[in-house]
Amino acid sequence: MADGERGGTRAPSPPAIELRGISKSFGPVQANKGISLTVAKGTIHGIIGENGAGKSTLMSILYGFYKADAGEIRIGGRKTDIHDSQAAIRAGIGMVFQHFKLVENFSVLENVVLGAEEGALLRPSLAKARKLLTELAREYELNVDPDAKIEDLGVGMQQRVEILKALYRQAEILILDEPTGVLTPAEADHLFRILCGLRDEGKTIILITHKLREIMDVTDTVSVMRRGQMTATVKTAHTSPPELAELMVGRKVLLRVEKAPAKLGPTVLKVDNLRVTDGKGVERLKGVSLEVRAGEILGVAGVAGNGQSELLEVLGGIRPGSGSVTLNGQPLALSGPRSDGRARRMAGITHVPEDRHRLGLILDFTAWENTAFGYHFVPEYCHGGMMDNQALREDTEGKMRRFDVRPTDCWLHAKSFSGGNQQKIVLAREIERDPDLLLVGQPTRGVDIGAIEFIHQRLVQLRDAGKAILLVSVELDEIFSLSDRIAVMFDGRIMGERLPHETSETELGMLMAGIDGKAA
Amino acid sequence: MDFATLVQVLDSTLRLATPLLFACLAGLFSEKSGILDIGLEGKMLAAAFFAAATAAVTGSAWIGLAAGCAASLVLAALHGLASITFRGNQLISGVAINFLAAGITVLMGQNWFGLGGRTPQLEGAARFQNIELPFAQALSPVPVIGPLYSQVLSGHTILVYLGLLAVPATWYLLFRTRFGLRLRAVGENPAAVDTAGVSVTGLRYGGVAICGLLCGLSGAYLSTGLAAGFVKDMSAGRGFIALAALIFAKWRPWYALGACLLFGLLEALGNRFQSIQVLGVTVPTQFMQALPYILTVVILAGFVGKAIPPRAGGEPYVKER
Amino acid sequence: MDALPKWADIVLIPLVNLALALAVSALVIAYIGENPVEALTLMISGSVGSAYGWGYTLYYATNFVFTGLAVAVAFHARLFNIGGEGQALLGGLGVTLACLYIPWPHWTLALVGASVGGALFGAAWAAIPAWLQARRGSHIVITTIMFNFIASALMVYLLVNVLKVPGSMAPETARFPEATHLPSAFDWGAWMGFTKSAPLNVAFFLALACAFGVWVLIWRTKLGYEIRAFGQSEPAAVYAGISPTRIIMVAMLISGGLAGLMAVNAVQGEAERLVIDSVQGAGFVGIAVALMGRSHPVGVVLAALLFGILYQGGAELEFSMPAISREMVVVIQALVILFTGALDNMVRTPLERLFLRRRRRAA
Repeated sequence: MADGERGGTRAPSPPAIELRGISKSFGPVQANKGISLTVAKGTIHGIIGENGAGKSTLMSILYGFYKADAGEIRIGGRKTDIHDSQAAIRAGIGMVFQHFKLVENFSVLENVVLGAEEGALLRPSLAKARKLLTELAREYELNVDPDAKIEDLGVGMQQRVEILKALYRQAEILILDEPTGVLTPAEADHLFRILCGLRDEGKTIILITHKLREIMDVTDTVSVMRRGQMTATVKTAHTSPPELAELMVGRKVLLRVEKAPAKLGPTVLKVDNLRVTDGKGVERLKGVSLEVRAGEILGVAGVAGNGQSELLEVLGGIRPGSGSVTLNGQPLALSGPRSDGRARRMAGITHVPEDRHRLGLILDFTAWENTAFGYHFVPEYCHGGMMDNQALREDTEGKMRRFDVRPTDCWLHAKSFSGGNQQKIVLAREIERDPDLLLVGQPTRGVDIGAIEFIHQRLVQLRDAGKAILLVSVELDEIFSLSDRIAVMFDGRIMGERLPHETSETELGMLMAGIDGKAA
Repeated sequence: MDFATLVQVLDSTLRLATPLLFACLAGLFSEKSGILDIGLEGKMLAAAFFAAATAAVTGSAWIGLAAGCAASLVLAALHGLASITFRGNQLISGVAINFLAAGITVLMGQNWFGLGGRTPQLEGAARFQNIELPFAQALSPVPVIGPLYSQVLSGHTILVYLGLLAVPATWYLLFRTRFGLRLRAVGENPAAVDTAGVSVTGLRYGGVAICGLLCGLSGAYLSTGLAAGFVKDMSAGRGFIALAALIFAKWRPWYALGACLLFGLLEALGNRFQSIQVLGVTVPTQFMQALPYILTVVILAGFVGKAIPPRAGGEPYVKER
Repeated sequence: MDALPKWADIVLIPLVNLALALAVSALVIAYIGENPVEALTLMISGSVGSAYGWGYTLYYATNFVFTGLAVAVAFHARLFNIGGEGQALLGGLGVTLACLYIPWPHWTLALVGASVGGALFGAAWAAIPAWLQARRGSHIVITTIMFNFIASALMVYLLVNVLKVPGSMAPETARFPEATHLPSAFDWGAWMGFTKSAPLNVAFFLALACAFGVWVLIWRTKLGYEIRAFGQSEPAAVYAGISPTRIIMVAMLISGGLAGLMAVNAVQGEAERLVIDSVQGAGFVGIAVALMGRSHPVGVVLAALLFGILYQGGAELEFSMPAISREMVVVIQALVILFTGALDNMVRTPLERLFLRRRRRAA
């Protein structure tokens, strides 16, 4: 099943995009291996694959961000040399990146015009863009205030600006990289309506995602990528989610974690009316209350940016807050010197942060130095101000063996490990401190499937050992398979709590969008 | 302080503010493009030396000006090479440029003129001459406005007026032209510019080049307008004070003018009053001389409000995977 | 997998960078009209060719070890302390006060007292920019530069108005009492050929001890771990419960203290009185030394020795080739900073590619 074009697109006009034998490597890593792909004009084509499968690299090549080592690109039947983004734009390709490429303190209009100005002076360009923007907005339901500053807009709006940017440059081919990661289900539906509208106008759309549901809902054809190779291209109507999942991973996957019913103990964490205001004066948590009991996993679901990160950070001692938090009945300081990460660890809270590269690891430190990270003061590693590096290294080797970190070499720098192994280093450090409460954010982000299973099992084991776990994840699948209870966050508040077997993705989706189905 | 003294102080304020103003606008262009430049000082110094040296040899202040700008542009190109092409540390590059200028100017000066690093005294056309503005004579008897016009505003070299004109020109270029939009964007989010199909490298080199040119004007004014020749280390920290003024001005051209005039005033006061009595206590000369530096620290301490620098400043641009 | 073998990273690249800096310097010397090879020979023979030369070379190197370590410690916390010059000036004040106003019975005690004084004053001068950085976010690069200017104005004021010997014209303090004079190289190293004129003194061993101390601090203590972690990533340090304010303050205090210790060598050991500009640019040389030495104490000592050779060699050069003024050394120093600090990738990237290709061929 290496590369069966089972769907077989047969279009009268030349295909919008044709890639032949694209290869690209970064140093020793080969990100794309001989990829060929044909996308018919006027279709929505999905590309699905795990993190690190090479989807983004492929699209970056198509957008001129990288130069392929080998292979050729044909746009509309003509061989096209895309050596930079300018060339891609000229070829009629527009791209909406996962992380938006907008200038935050510019207006919508300025962002749209940037790089596509009419002449040396701004005024005429802006006037023209304003007119065109109103037309586009009417045509495709893309309403945005042209004079709003980007930093004042929500992510959904910012994404519209990105689409408008592409349309303003008269893109015929639109590539969207994981466009729904930051959207509520309702916003995602709106986006898909827009995309279908664009397709009906004859535009070609490539949708990169790792969410099977989106592929099934909106695409006409779908390609699957695995480890830098294109493993299949099929008509969406002729396939099913399990089949796609198997193509993605290369073997049958367990979508659910086996776990016994929770044996609940006493309340470990009690949060009452917790508030957090960020550096800009924006209130990020607006009175959050929740409880986690020993022996249970409380899953916090929600679209990224609704306060989950702040919840973890204030509980982990990274940022100050106000309100009341108790651990085993003891109040925790929420501001001042007794509220830092060290005080939290001493109190029995450990924390696997959402972003291991930014917070959880020092990438230029060795594995053994990272094992002491956050625990460099504990008596096992430090006597009278001096580090006991020997003891630390021995301990690290043990942890690496128990958590199956490969390669098992504690002298390697953290940056030399794969995403899954990096996460295991963090997890080993935080779980083996035997915490009363474990905070976990996005435990399997950027982690390969094999490691996901391992990490999920470890979390369940910790729960079964009678520990409390607060899990934050934007992956509903993960929330469903791990949680004993689910709390949904929206706009800095808990919208509601549900039991996993009594709720559905649809209901959680409504809550994530701030709509309480029961109250309405 | 009587009115006549005030007029004198204001007159020298304008003179002393000019090199700061050029340097401050230079820093503005560089930082708006996302390249920090603590090498303003070195570029000024190099420009001051090469302008004075060339003027001394050719007898023309204008040729000196061109040479000064060229020297400054060479150093700017070096800074660009280090911080844009080779993605090096912009602060370290700036420090290196400052030392390079400090060393090379004296070395060359000694080699060419043998005056211990100084250039010969400039006279006549080798220096920029003061210009009298129209009606300066006629207006001078008018009370208050007369002296302010004829003695403060009039009677400076062309470079002073060029500096004042550079402020609206900078504003226009930055906020009303395509180049300005792109330059500001590249200092905020280079990825946005790159994905829009515009060269980040090109824009940044553009910003750095304008910075070099303006530093050239600043340095040339120091040695061929304000003074009559080059002396060792004559920039005396003005490049750093200009950076502080830039922060004080929150990266806005008109405010930069205000900030530079303020620093110019301080320096003018320090020069005019070698020691002053405040409440019966004699303030020592050294304190007056250190005043601009002290004020710089106070401004940087943010006691005058928080300033938000261009977001991508100091970070080399690397395409993300 | 790292692209470069470790030896290439810590030995090969600095050497290539140094070679480039020296090559450009040679061009400058050639432009001036002297023979670069001859100049280099003169510099080397003048600095390490005789015990006389060594006496100066090691004296300069001692200064640069102190200031280089100062910059290096700050670098580990990703702080760029350009204020070594001012901190060393203030250190001179501390040393002077300790030597002039406390009746020391013996030079060993005076050494301890003066070291404490120098380090305290140096640290105090670093404390204000550090606090402003930690609490107000003021850019430490600019504030430390400003503090250099302020320090020099302050020292002029003090020497002219306060510390000067009454009736004397020279802006300098009285000579320190006999009991505070540090044994010079002649006293303990005459058998190696050091003469009375050699400014080298026991502060040299203090510098080596400091280098060892910094190594222990950075790689063996909890504080060093925290400094390095903070230097790698501030948000991650906060996650680990490390207080940024504390690390910025502590790192800068240590840095300023090390810079201040330079005065033990220059003021107490050599001049035996405080003069105007007792630092003579050594604070700035520390930047080049730290960059060249990769902020590692061993590297700093070696780089300091190199700059000692350059300074002493430069002085000899000026003597024999009057066309080349002392500023040549400043130019070389600037080029070393440029090539090792700012243009590092110019050498690194091609080398990485080379090693990668070789490894791939081997595999």
